[in-house]
Amino acid sequence: MKADPKRVLTGNHFMNGNHSATEGAIAAGCTFAAGYPITPSTEIVERIASRFPRVGGCFVQMEDEIAASICLQGGIWAGRKSMTVTSGPGFSLMMESIGLAAITEAPCVFINVQRCGPSTGLPTKVGQADMMQAKWGSHGDYEVIALAPSSPQDCFDFTIDCFNLAEQYRTPVFLMSDEMVGHMTEKVVIPSADEIELVERKYYSGSGPYLPYKAEANGIPLMSKAGLGHNYHITGLTHDERGYPVLTKEVQEEMMTRLMGKINKDADKLTRVEEHMMEDADIVLVSYGISFRMAYKAMEMAREKGLKVGLLRIITCWPFPETKVREIAKKVKSMIMVELNYGQLYLEMDRFANAHCKTGLVGSSCGEVHEPEEIFNAIQEITK
Amino acid sequence: MTTQEVRLGGFGGQGVILAGMILGRAKSIFEDKYATLTQDFGPEARGGAASCAVILSDDPILYPNVFTPDVLLAMSQGALEKYISGLKKGGILVIEEDLVKVGDVDPSIKVFKCPATRFAEEIGRKIVLNIVMYGFLVAVTGLVTEEIARKGVEASIPKGTEKLNFAAFEKGYNYGIEQKAKLG
Repeated sequence: MKADPKRVLTGNHFMNGNHSATEGAIAAGCTFAAGYPITPSTEIVERIASRFPRVGGCFVQMEDEIAASICLQGGIWAGRKSMTVTSGPGFSLMMESIGLAAITEAPCVFINVQRCGPSTGLPTKVGQADMMQAKWGSHGDYEVIALAPSSPQDCFDFTIDCFNLAEQYRTPVFLMSDEMVGHMTEKVVIPSADEIELVERKYYSGSGPYLPYKAEANGIPLMSKAGLGHNYHITGLTHDERGYPVLTKEVQEEMMTRLMGKINKDADKLTRVEEHMMEDADIVLVSYGISFRMAYKAMEMAREKGLKVGLLRIITCWPFPETKVREIAKKVKSMIMVELNYGQLYLEMDRFANAHCKTGLVGSSCGEVHEPEEIFNAIQEITK
Repeated sequence: MTTQEVRLGGFGGQGVILAGMILGRAKSIFEDKYATLTQDFGPEARGGAASCAVILSDDPILYPNVFTPDVLLAMSQGALEKYISGLKKGGILVIEEDLVKVGDVDPSIKVFKCPATRFAEEIGRKIVLNIVMYGFLVAVTGLVTEEIARKGVEASIPKGTEKLNFAAFEKGYNYGIEQKAKLG
């Protein structure tokens, strides 16, 4: 299905990443958002509050992030494409509800404009320190999808991708933005509505009794919504195909195998990466989000000095591009992760690469982006 | 590859950020090249000072921070004092001459002065001082052409205010051309 022209701000804009992400959500058909404003994501909430009423959407400012992250799931079961927006401390408060969204298979989108932690940290400064939290923050095993934008243009494009992936896989999806990308203003090209492909929710329309958690061949059940006339039970407890709690090992195993499998089986298809100057590279920088841009600059500096440096940009951080990292690690001498934390996705990269090549980290305590020189120096140090 | 970095600073309410937005919009949308604008978002952004940095380039921009701009536009004494040390040797300093007093600067720096607030008042609304200043900035630096700069203004102002804003732009631009001819 194509986007609705009334919801797409077609044209060339000079726009910040937060506003651009909002326009992406609107174009993707998001009509419900619940949130609690927090720096540096506030511009998204502001724009939602001003734009949603004009395009047929509803925004509710909740009392806190816990409420927001549950409220948006109500929006899902009412049949809306829904999202919430937050940053560090708010993201922490949302963790329990993320597990609920995972087990109930609510196709919702969370935007996290990352800042510095722990705790209140540096509210107005850039960080990428919630990357592991996005995957592991709620208790229990579950799989999510997370994309990392590097520019305001990505914020538009990837937010649409987030909504599409959420609908396709019935899973929480995260846009892992950051303060710099969110507040930076650049050209954003918004295409015409007929160039934007949307994935719509699939509802059950059969005549027999509706089994809300009976999977289709692709492992994903059809949905219902309030008003379609189905009996419907939604629970965070382990449930069978009927959606009723059945607290046995057998049902848990069946449910978990499907929940994990629906994403894992498509992991290679889901993981998007970009490869830059990799043909002859023997040192590979690996990066994502805002840090990708600094890593690119460092790669250019290294190339000028005659070092064979390439760059792997991770767009889909979760599921982690395991196959691609392994494949590259077998061909190169070293892989170096560049990220604004003390080594989060580095741990994943290292796990898949270190049997084959040397690995290193250019990390940070957050607050400012890396200086390209700093990354270049680290390349020399690590490869010595 | 040509890349130019501009720092704009002043008081909150002078429209400094909007001037930066117009410049970035002109370059990226109307010249179809690249521009990246960043703002200070610390507690200082909530007080009296406002500042932004714009990178203009013919090629995609990777590194977004600006520490040593080629051009500094200062519309307050505070902005001048905060950012003058970063201005590149051989760079251009543009000031609102009734609000900013320039002390000793490196002799390689070209200084251009514009009484933008006075001009804006003459035009009829003090509020357009940022547009006067923007016109002046474009004229003395040549960051974008007059035509492109004007399109940036047109796309950034509320409908119905074109006459006022274009008058402000032209005033600043023409004065800039004069000053440039005088000072070289």
